[in-house]
Amino acid sequence: MATFTLPKNSTIQPGKTHKVEAGAKNVKAFKIYRWDPDSGENPRTDTYEIDLEKCGPMVLDALIKIKNEVDTTLTFRRSCREGICGSCSMNIDGLNTLACLKPIDDNVSGEVKIYPLPHLPVVKDLVPDLSQLYAQLRSVEPWLKSETPPPPDGERLQSKDERAKLDGLWECILCFCCSTACPSYWWNGDRYLGPAVLLQAYRWIADSRDEATGERLDNLQDPFRLYRCHTIMNCARTCPKGLNPAAAIGKIKQMMVERET
Amino acid sequence: MPIMQDSREATMAGRRSDGSPVKRPLSPHLQVYDMLQMTSALSISSRITGAAWSVGLVLMVWWLVAAAAGPEAFAGVQWFMSSFLGMLGLFGLTAAAWFHTLNGVRHLAWDAGYGYQIQDTYRTGRWVLIGTAVATVLTWVLAFIAWG
Repeated sequence: MATFTLPKNSTIQPGKTHKVEAGAKNVKAFKIYRWDPDSGENPRTDTYEIDLEKCGPMVLDALIKIKNEVDTTLTFRRSCREGICGSCSMNIDGLNTLACLKPIDDNVSGEVKIYPLPHLPVVKDLVPDLSQLYAQLRSVEPWLKSETPPPPDGERLQSKDERAKLDGLWECILCFCCSTACPSYWWNGDRYLGPAVLLQAYRWIADSRDEATGERLDNLQDPFRLYRCHTIMNCARTCPKGLNPAAAIGKIKQMMVERET
Repeated sequence: MPIMQDSREATMAGRRSDGSPVKRPLSPHLQVYDMLQMTSALSISSRITGAAWSVGLVLMVWWLVAAAAGPEAFAGVQWFMSSFLGMLGLFGLTAAAWFHTLNGVRHLAWDAGYGYQIQDTYRTGRWVLIGTAVATVLTWVLAFIAWG
């Protein structure tokens, strides 16, 4: 059952404000979701004022500056800082994206609002628990499955056209911005696989070297796993890599119809 | 112990630093997400207008039943339909029906494999909104001309 409100232990309280040092000219406020499992309290939003003259251009730069200089307890995932690892995915100003690819808005009048990826259990602060998403990814068996042995003297070959079918699919970095932007995944994520995992499923269905297409489609032939996609398109709207999970899901649905006829 | 309705409940179980169990909060969703973006806004509108249209068809049944029941009953319905509230309701239903129909065409295009690019999604979304406004007004203009 879809629940539109937050559980009692998840409602957000007002938090502290960390003022910037005196004399700063270009001050931007960052309102950040905090939850500490040891505190016994509900989540809160703390506000940090940052001098943009002394900060890098991206939201991740501000988060790292806060952790280094203002509040070492602020907890978030980050690694590559260049949009390839997918660690720093979070909700910034109402849309899911990678903090390292999201420029800080120069207009200092408004605050930057930062929350963890939506509708997930929170481990601490901006770190959500992704185990459900990983388990679902495992369920589509995202690896090459083939009966035919590979040629003894080289790789399994593809034509240029066959290889081109994987463009827009292989680039996914599994940051899960799309799945956690999808209202259908919020309400049905226990059984619906969500855009990220379905894009991965299609990445193997579309691979000319893979020989388990029928088996893969059988696994998705289910009212929830695939068909809870209602073409809302929030996934394609939010993907920080510019990919289109909705289009991949549409292609799976078409293949389902085509194999019936 | 209540039966677990949702397997995701299991991932709500966390630990404090001292190892004691703690129930993790659910991160905010509708509360923080930009729900007014065209993608999700038109999607939920499609559902709402579909539901409104279904309810609206009950009005039409009422009207037909009244027509069969006799002149007095029919006059009563006619009085309600031409009152301000009745007109407002009918106008809303016209808009809902047009929106749901036009957005339905958009869904047919998606199911046929067209219009998935995000700029196309926004363009067709704008067409649906403009089309709904134009078709609704046109329907009423024609209705007023026909009724005199």
